[in-house]
Amino acid sequence: MARRSIPVLKKLLSTSQHPSPCSRFTSSRSVTYMPRPGDGAPRPVTLIPGDGIGPLVTGAVEQVMEAMHAPVYFERYEVHGDMKKVPEEVIESIKKNKVCLKGGLATPMGGGVSSLNVQLRKELDLYASLVNCFNLPGLPTRHQNVDIVVIRENTEGEYSGLEHEVVPGVVESLKVITKFCSERIAKYAFEYAYLNNRKKVTAVHKANIMKLADGLFLESCREVATKYPGIKYSEIIVDNCCMQLVSKPEQFDVMVTPNLYGNLVANTAAGIAGGTGVMPGGNVGADHAIFEQGASAGNVGNDKILEQKKANPVALLLSSAMMLRHLQFPSFADRLETAVKRVISEGKYRTKDLGGDSTTEEVVNAVVSALD
Amino acid sequence: MAAQLLRRALGSRSSQILPNTTTASAGPNYSLLASVARAFSSATTPITATLFPGDGIGPEIAESVKQVFKEAEVPIQWEEHYVGTEIDPRTQSFLTWESLESVRRNRVGLKGPMATPIGKGHRSLNLTLRKELNLYANVRPCNSLPGYKTRYDDVNLITIRENTEGEYSGLEHQVVRGVVESLKIITRQASLRVAEYAFHYAKAHGRERVSAIHKANIMQKTDGLFLKCCREVAEKYPEITYEEVVIDNCCMMLVKNPSFFDVLVMPNLYGDIISDLCAGLIGGLGLTPSCNIGEGGIALAEAVHGSAPDIAGKNMANPTALLLSAVSMLRHLELHDKADRIQNAILNTIAEGKYRTADLGGTSSTTDFTKAICDHL
Repeated sequence: MARRSIPVLKKLLSTSQHPSPCSRFTSSRSVTYMPRPGDGAPRPVTLIPGDGIGPLVTGAVEQVMEAMHAPVYFERYEVHGDMKKVPEEVIESIKKNKVCLKGGLATPMGGGVSSLNVQLRKELDLYASLVNCFNLPGLPTRHQNVDIVVIRENTEGEYSGLEHEVVPGVVESLKVITKFCSERIAKYAFEYAYLNNRKKVTAVHKANIMKLADGLFLESCREVATKYPGIKYSEIIVDNCCMQLVSKPEQFDVMVTPNLYGNLVANTAAGIAGGTGVMPGGNVGADHAIFEQGASAGNVGNDKILEQKKANPVALLLSSAMMLRHLQFPSFADRLETAVKRVISEGKYRTKDLGGDSTTEEVVNAVVSALD
Repeated sequence: MAAQLLRRALGSRSSQILPNTTTASAGPNYSLLASVARAFSSATTPITATLFPGDGIGPEIAESVKQVFKEAEVPIQWEEHYVGTEIDPRTQSFLTWESLESVRRNRVGLKGPMATPIGKGHRSLNLTLRKELNLYANVRPCNSLPGYKTRYDDVNLITIRENTEGEYSGLEHQVVRGVVESLKIITRQASLRVAEYAFHYAKAHGRERVSAIHKANIMQKTDGLFLKCCREVAEKYPEITYEEVVIDNCCMMLVKNPSFFDVLVMPNLYGDIISDLCAGLIGGLGLTPSCNIGEGGIALAEAVHGSAPDIAGKNMANPTALLLSAVSMLRHLELHDKADRIQNAILNTIAEGKYRTADLGGTSSTTDFTKAICDHL
């Protein structure tokens, strides 16, 4: 399974990220790629607007896609956080299309309903979550020179969902770490670093306390690291990691983490670089990719933002640019990305979380008019 | 499994009851009573407190605390204990039984950094203290130091961390080759206890809001139980606002706007991460005080930074964390006027910027810095 996924992974990676590694990669091939007729044909993408601000920001993406005549069309499915499980036809659609764009799904607290986000990841085996945290030009933040990619194991660990009450008043929760999944995520992280010309991979852990579980994770990372001598490998304990993130975030490059730590680290890093409203990301597996707002915190927003229609669409727009690149439409991806960055750096239209007062619609219109 | 847990719970309870039968029933309120009683008697009889100078830079910074306390005329008598060179069979650790007894008897203590020697057959020193003294809550006040510029200058929050169970239960096993399970345990008793302390602390220190940090959307039963306990306690304190924040959101909000939070209460692992993150906001562990609260009102204040063996004995260490911890110990003893005096002296010295140790970008030695604090008293 793991071995089979590597070539697919390579393909996925080389296409989903920045264009530079892509061209570098193709230039080493002995044949010139000749486009087929139909290469530019519109691709179907599964769209899940989701809850809260989800419909607002996915609507923004649809509007921009239409304005730039991007060769994608959406298959829309209504999924909400309070559903018992993700409808079968949605899973089918993602399996068929292999690509999905998704707004946030609310996760009910302690209501006996398991998180649909987790269900989707497990069902489609989306084992890696990827969050890009970087400073956008023109956006003032507390920290400069942040450029971190958090790669998080997505299927096991604390999110195994195995919990039970031993006796009344005593509850156990199982954290499961397997060699297979740890190796898989470590390989993904190093391969990502290699293909994107990143210099360093940092494994985040708490192996001083959880000696076996996090120890296994570290052991897997170390093994994989030996195969990439060109990439520096380091380890950091999760509490120290958070402390370093808020004081010296520029020291980090690619980070690879087990499930829960990744969740915390990604949100901390996103907060540092400018907020979760601007950080793109997604969940990827061997065959499927779901693009969504990178850091999960606040991806459903609160009622006030919803009422005033002032959700920040930037994160999902940048995620869509990642998606376009993944679908091998690099020129569209570039156009979208450039337009979004231009709007941010001009600073006239920004939502409240970035210190402005614009509505989602105003930002979207600004992006549309900034399109080349 | 269940039997083991039960035994553990019983074991820890009986150990609380036995040494102090008179106070065990009083629960968390005891500390208040005890300190009131002390406040009355403080004018005449000095309070005895245990002091573990610790390793590395420990003795130097402990010396600094002693000096400042002497200068401020704090009615405290130190009972010094050092980490032994041999393993004490009664504690299975380098800490002797007498040292632990001393803390139990005095009910207050101050601890410098300790480095656990590497080797098998003994427990880590911190773990020994935590388990033997039943230190269930770790309290860390995080305040921006005026005059010492970091990227965040409006931090004023308290993190309270459950310290005995959760992810740090130490129960792990290999199911089959390549599959490891680690148990996280949340009990009603421990959750109620830490929640009770958090609200008690909030009330005693005039705080307005307590936020419970959790991940109950994923760990519905374990973190769900923790939240349930917090809610139960919150009902008893209607004057304090209670809210629940998911940990990932908490991380994000902390780095965007730390002034949003007041008192944070959380299970073990989250507490570990969040308290260090908050320490990062104000400039690192060298500036963060910490205090551990145990059953029956034991308080062990400590410096949470490492023992820095590379600068040990060079008169370069920064005693701020230990001094501020000592201040929080004084507050626990309700000696607020002395606490305020010392705290202000520390803050003024740092704000003035003339005497700063190397880690804060200055060139002063530990003794110069200490002397400057004494002058500011």
